[in-house]
Amino acid sequence: MPRLFCNDLIRATQLMSFVLVQAIVGGLLLGAVYALFSSGLTLVWGMMNIVNFAHGDFVMLGMYVAYVVYTLMGGGPILGAPLATLVLATVGVVVYFALIRGIMKGPMLAQILGTFGLALLLRYSVFWWFGANFLSMPPNIVGGTYAFAGLRIEASRLLAGVVALLVTFGLHLLLTRTSLGSKMLAVAEDATAAQLMGIRPDTMQAIAWAIAAGATGLAGALIANFFYIVPTVGETLGIVAFVTVSLGGFGSVPGALVAGLLIGVIESLSGYLIGAIYKDIVVYLLFLFFLWFRPQGLMGKS
Amino acid sequence: MNLKHVTGLLCAAAMSFALGSGAQAQDKVVKIGVIMPMSGGTASIGAHAKAALDVATDIINNAHPELGNFPLAKNAGLAGLGGAKVEVVIADNQGNPATGQNQALRLITEEKVAAVFGAYQSGITLTSSAIAEKYGVPYLNSESVAANLTERGFKWFFRTTPIATDFAKIYVDFLADIKAQGAKTDSVALVHDNTEYGTSVANTIAGAFKEKGQPIALDVAYPVNATDVQGQVLQLKDKKPDVVIMISYTSDAILFAKTMQSLDYKPAVLLADDAGYSDPSFTKAVGKISQGVFNRSSWVVGPSGSPSAIIAGMYKKKSGEDMDDTVARQMQGFFVLAEAIDRAGSTDPAKIQAALKATDLKPDQLMIGYKGVKFDDKGQNILASGAIIQLQDGENYVAVWPKANAEKAPVLPYNGW
Repeated sequence: MPRLFCNDLIRATQLMSFVLVQAIVGGLLLGAVYALFSSGLTLVWGMMNIVNFAHGDFVMLGMYVAYVVYTLMGGGPILGAPLATLVLATVGVVVYFALIRGIMKGPMLAQILGTFGLALLLRYSVFWWFGANFLSMPPNIVGGTYAFAGLRIEASRLLAGVVALLVTFGLHLLLTRTSLGSKMLAVAEDATAAQLMGIRPDTMQAIAWAIAAGATGLAGALIANFFYIVPTVGETLGIVAFVTVSLGGFGSVPGALVAGLLIGVIESLSGYLIGAIYKDIVVYLLFLFFLWFRPQGLMGKS
Repeated sequence: MNLKHVTGLLCAAAMSFALGSGAQAQDKVVKIGVIMPMSGGTASIGAHAKAALDVATDIINNAHPELGNFPLAKNAGLAGLGGAKVEVVIADNQGNPATGQNQALRLITEEKVAAVFGAYQSGITLTSSAIAEKYGVPYLNSESVAANLTERGFKWFFRTTPIATDFAKIYVDFLADIKAQGAKTDSVALVHDNTEYGTSVANTIAGAFKEKGQPIALDVAYPVNATDVQGQVLQLKDKKPDVVIMISYTSDAILFAKTMQSLDYKPAVLLADDAGYSDPSFTKAVGKISQGVFNRSSWVVGPSGSPSAIIAGMYKKKSGEDMDDTVARQMQGFFVLAEAIDRAGSTDPAKIQAALKATDLKPDQLMIGYKGVKFDDKGQNILASGAIIQLQDGENYVAVWPKANAEKAPVLPYNGW
């Protein structure tokens, strides 16, 4: 079976230009990471209708945790990724109790400004502590680059893509197949009714923030291995998350997965075929096209 | 926003303290408004510029006899204004042309600055200088290279840096030179972002090559602060140009270096148009995988004891970074502005404008490798010049062209990692 798969792949690379396959594979791996950090955004929205404008800055924090782990302990992603997940999960819980719980009772504007203020606070705290300089993990921190039938896949991107794919899928299973997931969905559906059934909305929502922020931190740590690290990187990556979530449907983890992969591929293919300048045009045309048929996004609930 | 207010208050407190103590010796202060990217994707540039301007104001406001005949160094303050101190008022352009414009308005109407200095990104220099023009306040730009900035018929705009047309000519000559030595330079690709800087410089370079009968083979544009450039690198890998000219800010420059390594792409000649490639954080982050990249520069540090070496040392002490081309051009520009104000002997905008027009600085009065500073009717420094440098060891650039002031011979082909 693997041989057959290999043969197919080799034939495919011969048929299409290998460059095209390279673009698609690279796009899929990056798209998986987009999917992972967008799941956090979509989860928080699905649970409590809050748009977290600090989401990109959570990714940024994850990157810095991975960087600090590397500089202080010389640890690679084996150590950095789990630590970033833990630290960000903690940040998520703290943010929930210190900020979100309060502003959820306030008007919509307070919710927007609350997380936006948090974004600036995080960004400029890191700015103040680490300075504005660009940082970078050493090349090949995960391992070298695999060459395979004319394809080149960097170990760090492969690791990021595969882990992101598995974790995003795991998140989906957690929400749909476990009792914790059912409880969380129950709270999302009707917090008062859930409370009457003995579920504590506070706990469930705090858990949702821990999971969302933790997944985002993990994505940050994975991206840090092949991206630059700078306090404002959250602005750049946060936009990707918002595009992914609006294309995939607010509140839907599978939607974020499909949209993330799609955007990753569109990004690298458009860079190769039509010029990256047009990438966003393609993405948003697709977005409008989907809105036409499915106003709730690719997989959002109507 | 709260954070900004707090820092604002702290700054105000610090300033009033500084002013209070300064007032005993000297009441007069000349305010110069500075617009720089203090936040956003190019904030590292703003941080470096701030350190450089701190050093420059130190040199101007205090006596620095060790700098010899370097203008404004010898005595404390501006002699032409009775020893008045120069005060820098920094405004954050946030990497956004509209913000830059608002900041120019604020500096002029509220801070009442005598002149404006800025604004790094060509696109922001474009918008903010239009405000200075409208209000009749001198605007000095030291580092934006988009050619059109001095083609607007402005009366209050002065630019000290060499510009895109100068560099395009340097690139054409440099490539012709190494071709004569056996390098293959027939097909040239341009990689640039979609900002004012990226598009206008790309156009200027494309025009210069076309004039030489060697039209650009491939034009790769990408959105600034890209999240992924795999497609662009694959496009280059596919089309195999001999020379790739990179016109990119720091973030994208780093991403390109990383992606080129991961996709194993090395052009024979990789030539960068300053910007990101001169940012020290670029060399720190990815210098080791960009060995052999060529870059342009007007900054060459002189022998120890020379003004440029002393100033570079002061800057290193202040910022912890080595002086790079961008920061050196900014500092030089600031000195030119201060020197004009000193000669004007007044903070009256018209007098400063007249003094700027009469500026005639010789190479030995500069900290940078220009042939001098003298403005034409459009406000462009006609004596600005530059050289080609190369990152041979992945850590420090060395001058390699023109031969007259080269420290080492250019090494080909591009080595990468």
